[in-house]
Amino acid sequence: MSAGEDTFTVLCQLLEPFNTAKIALKPGTDISADLNIDSVSVMDFVMEVEDHFNIDIPLNVLSETRSIADLVKVVDGRLVKG
Amino acid sequence: MTDLFDKHRHTAERHERMLSLGANAVGLTNDRILSPTRAIIDGRETVLAGTNNYMGITFEADCIAAGQEALALYGTGTTGSRIANGSYAMHRELERELAGFLNRRHCIMFTTGYQANLGMLAGLAGPKDTIYLDADSHSSIYDGCTLSGAKLVRFRHNDASDLDKRLTRSEDEGGGRLVVVEGIYSMLGDRAPLADFVAVKKKHGFQLLVDEAHSFGVLGKNGRGLADEAGLEDDVDFVVGTFSKSIGAIGGFGAGNHPLFNMLRYASRPYMFTASPSPATVATSLAAVRKLKAEPERREKLAVNSARLFNGFKALGLALGCDAVSPIVAVNCPDEVSTIAMWNALLKAGVYVNIALPPGTPGKQCLLRCSVSAAHSFEDIDRIITLFGEVVAQGHYKKAG
Ligand SMILES: Cc1ncc(COP(=O)(O)O)c(C=O)c1O
Repeated sequence: MSAGEDTFTVLCQLLEPFNTAKIALKPGTDISADLNIDSVSVMDFVMEVEDHFNIDIPLNVLSETRSIADLVKVVDGRLVKG
Repeated sequence: MTDLFDKHRHTAERHERMLSLGANAVGLTNDRILSPTRAIIDGRETVLAGTNNYMGITFEADCIAAGQEALALYGTGTTGSRIANGSYAMHRELERELAGFLNRRHCIMFTTGYQANLGMLAGLAGPKDTIYLDADSHSSIYDGCTLSGAKLVRFRHNDASDLDKRLTRSEDEGGGRLVVVEGIYSMLGDRAPLADFVAVKKKHGFQLLVDEAHSFGVLGKNGRGLADEAGLEDDVDFVVGTFSKSIGAIGGFGAGNHPLFNMLRYASRPYMFTASPSPATVATSLAAVRKLKAEPERREKLAVNSARLFNGFKALGLALGCDAVSPIVAVNCPDEVSTIAMWNALLKAGVYVNIALPPGTPGKQCLLRCSVSAAHSFEDIDRIITLFGEVVAQGHYKKAG
């Protein structure tokens, strides 16, 4: 399993409590639009991601992060840096 | 072609749903305002318990006279920005008066409290800096952060150890670091644990801004806010506040002791590129600041009223937004539909409170938010408690959580 897949699996687990409509999660799933999650919940979800990986994901980065795959890239990039 | 309004269809549906429940909680009209605590709404005299008019200062004869005089002497508007034609002697006078009240060397006023946060945050922080903001910050703080272009790190609400962790993670990134908290949080009425944040400040070194929007005039021996109450004013670098609550007008301010503080006047776009507050507004604000200083008994009356409402609600068994007494007493309700129903029932019975629904609330709570005024009589407070009791008895309310 590549690092990318690993991160994807973890993100899906962390996303589960926010995915109230229980929509099937794919790399291309748009976190806000497809799952109908409001902007505050997206920030709360990202906080869980930050804590799980012990990294910072500044809010500025979020405006360009739409899909789960986008977020995988952000997390993996920051894990390498840290 | 994509219709730009497509993204608002969801809001339109939600609004329709609220209207179908017989309430327009976000479009209420006061037909007449009788006093700081009374209005005519839908033809009924209503007790106002959601106005942020903490000092009950909107109908003071001397404030009104000062506003009328300024209107007659200086006209209806300044028609310009502070850095062009919009600075009058009275703007400077109000800034000096506020600096004195706050015991700060410098004070700059803004046209609204919203702009005060935009102006202070975007003036202080730039793209090379990092702002650490409390997760439950007011929208004006979020928007000011965005405008600044700074790196934005959100920490868990009122959690100094979470802030500590995040500061540690990004210790070596360079640039300035600004931490932003609020004196009293507007939705739940809880205070920031300022001493904890100051301890983290001593460990890491950063500049600290406190938005005292709901605590200015309200907390502390001198009414200067949470930092005054906590005895930590020397550890707070910048104070933000608004005239729309305890001052009973409109406008906002930022204050601090930094020798270069006034450079914000030439760096802060929300200060530079908007018209200055109108003469009447400045004059009533000035009179109100002087009144806050001269009449500390307003603050005492507010504290007594707040405790009365808080304890009355506790006795009814309501789940409240926080365990400390503050002029914001928020009742946590089970869900959107019952909250709207209760809000409606309260209004029909003659009391107006604020309704606050997700996503604008912490932890997705549905809130009936009361704000207490020094101008409320004990009878007013008791009536609010009684009416909440009746609404509970009608079965709209099941204890949440
Ligand atoms: C915490 C906080 N900051 C700033 C503001 C903005 O103030 P104003 O409404 O005076 O623009 C408000 C209130 O609206 C607030 O609650």
